[in-house]
Amino acid sequence: MTDAAANAAGPSRTIQYGSMSRDRKWALRWSYFFLVLFAIFFLMPPIYMLITSLKTSAEISAATNPWWVFSPTLDNYVALLTQNQFLVFFRNSIVVSVCVVAVSMVISVFAAFALARMRFWGSATLATGVFLTYLIPDTLLFIPLFKMFAFVRDTFGIELMNHWWTMIIVYPTLTVPFCTWIMIGYFASIPKELDEAALIDGATWMQTLFRIFIPVALPGIIAATIFAFTVSWAQFLYPLAFTTSTDQLLLPVGIITTLIKGDVFNWGQIMTGALLGAAPPLIIYAFLMDYYIAGLTAGATKG
Amino acid sequence: MAQVTLRKVVKNYDETPAVRGIDLDIADKEFVVLVGPSGCGKSTTLRMIAGLEEITAGDILIGDQVVNDVPPKDRDIAMVFQNYALYPHMTVYENMSFGLRLKKMPKADIDVRVQSAARILDITELLQRKPKQLSGGQRQRVAMGRAIVRDPKVFLFDEPLSNLDAKLRVQMRTEIKKVHQKVRTTTVYVTHDQVEAMTLADRVVVMNGGNIEQVGAPNDLYHAPATKFVASFIGSPAMNMIPCRLEQAAGALRVRLTDEITFPVPASRTARYQPHLSKSRLLFGLRPEHITEVPRHLEPEQHPFEVTLDVTEPMGQETLVYFTVNGTEICASVNPTAGAQSDARMALAADLSNMHLIDDETGMVL
Repeated sequence: MTDAAANAAGPSRTIQYGSMSRDRKWALRWSYFFLVLFAIFFLMPPIYMLITSLKTSAEISAATNPWWVFSPTLDNYVALLTQNQFLVFFRNSIVVSVCVVAVSMVISVFAAFALARMRFWGSATLATGVFLTYLIPDTLLFIPLFKMFAFVRDTFGIELMNHWWTMIIVYPTLTVPFCTWIMIGYFASIPKELDEAALIDGATWMQTLFRIFIPVALPGIIAATIFAFTVSWAQFLYPLAFTTSTDQLLLPVGIITTLIKGDVFNWGQIMTGALLGAAPPLIIYAFLMDYYIAGLTAGATKG
Repeated sequence: MAQVTLRKVVKNYDETPAVRGIDLDIADKEFVVLVGPSGCGKSTTLRMIAGLEEITAGDILIGDQVVNDVPPKDRDIAMVFQNYALYPHMTVYENMSFGLRLKKMPKADIDVRVQSAARILDITELLQRKPKQLSGGQRQRVAMGRAIVRDPKVFLFDEPLSNLDAKLRVQMRTEIKKVHQKVRTTTVYVTHDQVEAMTLADRVVVMNGGNIEQVGAPNDLYHAPATKFVASFIGSPAMNMIPCRLEQAAGALRVRLTDEITFPVPASRTARYQPHLSKSRLLFGLRPEHITEVPRHLEPEQHPFEVTLDVTEPMGQETLVYFTVNGTEICASVNPTAGAQSDARMALAADLSNMHLIDDETGMVL
C-alpha cells in the first residue's frame, strides 16, 4: 500500500472503529441485562429449594419471610440420608442412568458410524428414520410399551412390569435416536480423507472406528453422554407408569410418591431430595463441560 | 518392480462418465504427473489406482497383478491427500507408525523406519507434536512421512500442495522431488497446476474431459503439443492462438493473420502443412517468449511486424506486452530494456521456427 492510500484509509478507519466499539458497548449492556435477568429467573427455584431444605417444618409453614432462614438445620438431610428408602431410589436411579448411558452410547456410536460412513442401500432413509422416531413423544409410547410388556410376559414368561431395571430397556427408546443423530453429525464432520487414509494404512472398519473416529469425535460422544444421562436421570413418566412398589421406584418418582402422603406435603424433605437429586447431573456437567468445550474449540480435524 | 498399468479404464458415476477408457503405462521408479482442469478425471484416476473408487470397466495392474478387486490396504500403496488427512489425536510419530502398528510390525523395526523417514524429511524434532501444533508445510512433510515409512510399491499424491501458500508450495515442490530422488518409488502425482506438473514429472499426462490428451516428457509437451488443449494448458502465459489462413504464393506457404500481417511458413514445415491448405478454421499458435523485440541480427526464422501495444506488464526479467490482432489478444515477452510503452507502436519479431498450426475443427496440432 502506498503512503497516500494508507493516510486516506487511516482516519476513516478510526471513525469506523469508534462506531464499532459504541455498538459493541451497547450490545454488551444488553447482553448483560438479559443474562442477569435469565440467571435470576433460572436460579430462583434452586435457591428456594436450598433455603427451604434448611428450614424446619414449623418454620416452612410459619408466615415469615420465605427467602430467609431464621434457624437453619440439617435435619432434613439427616432424615433423608439415613432413610433406607431414599438411598434405594438413589441407587436405582444411578444404576439405571449409568446402564442407559452405556447401552445408548454403544448402540448409537455403531449406528451412527454405519449410517455416516458405510454407503449402503437405504442408509440415508434409515438415518432420517432414526431421527423421526425421536419426534414421537414419550407420552404416546408408553401404552404400546405396556402392550409389549404384556406380550413378553405371555410369550416368554418374563415380567417386565414393576421392576426398576426395566427402565434400562425402556429409556434407550428416548436416548438412542437423539444420540445417534448427534453422532451422525459429528462423524459426518470428520473429513472423508481421514478414513481413506486409515483404509490405505490397512485399518479395518472396526479399527477405523475405534482408533480414529471415536477419539476424534470425543466431544460429540461427551455431548451425547451428557444428553443420555440427563434424559434418563430426569425421566418421570415411564417410571411412574411402569413401577409401583416402593423398593422399585427411581429417584424423581420416589421423592414425590413417598414424601407426599395423602395431602400432607413434607416440603423440607421434598426440597432436600430434589436438591440431592440434582447433584449428580451437576457434577457430570462440571467435569465434562470443560472437556467438551475444550474439544469443541480445538477443532482439530481441519487440516 | 512396481510399474502401474491402466488398460481401458472407465469410471462412471451413475450414468455420468468421469473417466472414459484410458490407457497408461507407468514404469518402475517413474514420477508421473496427471494434470488437467478440475473435473478432468485425474483425481478419479488416482483414486482408482488407490482402490478408493471402484472401476466401472477395464483393468488396473500394480506390478504384474490385476488389482481391480484388491482392497487398498493390500495394494501396497501409500497416499498423500490434499488436506493431509493426519490423525488429529495422534502425535507425528503415531501418525507415521499407524499403518505399521496395524501390521503388527515389531516396535524396534517401526522405530528404525520412522526415524529414517523423519531424517529424510527433516522432521525429527517434530515427532512428539500433534498435527495442530504444526504449520501447513510441516503437516505436508508428516503426510509424506506416513507414506514413506510404509515403503510401498507406489506413492500416490492427490494435489498435495494446493493448501499451501505460493512460497511454501515452491519449496515443498523441490522437497518432493528430492524425496523421490532419494527413495525412487514409483509415483503418481495429481495436480491442476501445470507448473507443478512440468517441474516434478518425468512424464506428464495431460487429461481433459475424462480422456488422456497427451503423455510425454515436460519439454516435449511444451514444444510439441499434440492438441489445442495441451498447447493452451501447458505454459504460462498461455500460447497465443490467432485465427489464420494458409496461402500459397510463388511455391511457398504463407500464414495470413490479417490483411497486413503474414508470415512465411518455415521450409521444414511446408510439406507438413501443404495438405491443409484448403482448411478454413486454422489457428496460428506461438508462445509469448517467441514474440520478442526485433533483435539487432534477425535469425532466418524471425520475422518482424509492427503493432500498437495495449498494455505492458513489467515482470522484472521480462516485460509482457499485450496487443490485439484480428480481435484476438496476443501476449509477447520483450526485454525490459526494449522500451515497450502502452498505446505506442512497437516493432516485434515472431520466431516462426517455434510456430504451431492447429486445426480448430479437430482440435489437433498439425
